Amino acid sequence: MANVSKPARPLSPHLSIWKWGPSMAVSIIHRATGSGLATVGTILFVWWLVAAAGGPGTYADFTGMFTLESGALNIVGWVLGIGLTFCVFQHMMSGLRHLFLDMGANFELKSNKTTAYLTFILSVVLTLGFWLLMLEKWNG
Amino acid sequence: MGDGTSIGRVRGLGSAHEGAHHWWHQRLTAGSNLLLVLWLMVSLLLLPNYSYETIATWMASPWVAVPLILFVVSVFYHFRMGLQVVIEDYQHDESRIVLIVLLNFFTIAASALAIFSILKIAFTAGAA
Repeated sequence: MANVSKPARPLSPHLSIWKWGPSMAVSIIHRATGSGLATVGTILFVWWLVAAAGGPGTYADFTGMFTLESGALNIVGWVLGIGLTFCVFQHMMSGLRHLFLDMGANFELKSNKTTAYLTFILSVVLTLGFWLLMLEKWNG
Repeated sequence: MGDGTSIGRVRGLGSAHEGAHHWWHQRLTAGSNLLLVLWLMVSLLLLPNYSYETIATWMASPWVAVPLILFVVSVFYHFRMGLQVVIEDYQHDESRIVLIVLLNFFTIAASALAIFSILKIAFTAGAA
């Protein structure tokens, strides 16, 4: 499209130019977590459903990828489990904050910054809570 | 057409000729995703364990199979729109078209696989 010739034109400021702040971090992490969930999350979710539809054998093959002989999670299971759960909650909290911004609310510098920090605190707390409850089932 | 004439303004059509359709559907599915994701996470936490039998019996209920299909429709539609914006922001040459076509293929194939699998479990697990 616009790449007929490429003189050294000025570029619009991007991640490497701006000073990092909480609002900017939430914004780019919203995009990163969303893209991660849409790709890695979708592949694992669909794989889980297809494995379950195949019967006990294919389901065991699927769970075997993420667990040890004992049934406990292996390193891949831990990283993907915790990582994707954090992505879900961070994207959810940031998305909720976004719905308020879309209504024209929460643009005051202080509350905008506070809610930006809150998305990270809440998503970490929710991820820990979810996995504490999950592991209770897993081990019990 | 669009923001030049008064009728264009009334119809809310911008230069892309589709107005706020994409933006609004992204927000609409954000709301339905919130409900469906919370439902799925709470349901999973309420299961006694994660064995094949437990998952298959759970998914055989219409109260699980149907929300799960709605989850696929809402979440996959939402991520398709989200990734489209990511592609449009970073790809400025012909690769943009190729990637958006691939994105459509990926979304449709993944949703067909997911929905077929849910239905297969729902229609066969109860009978076994």
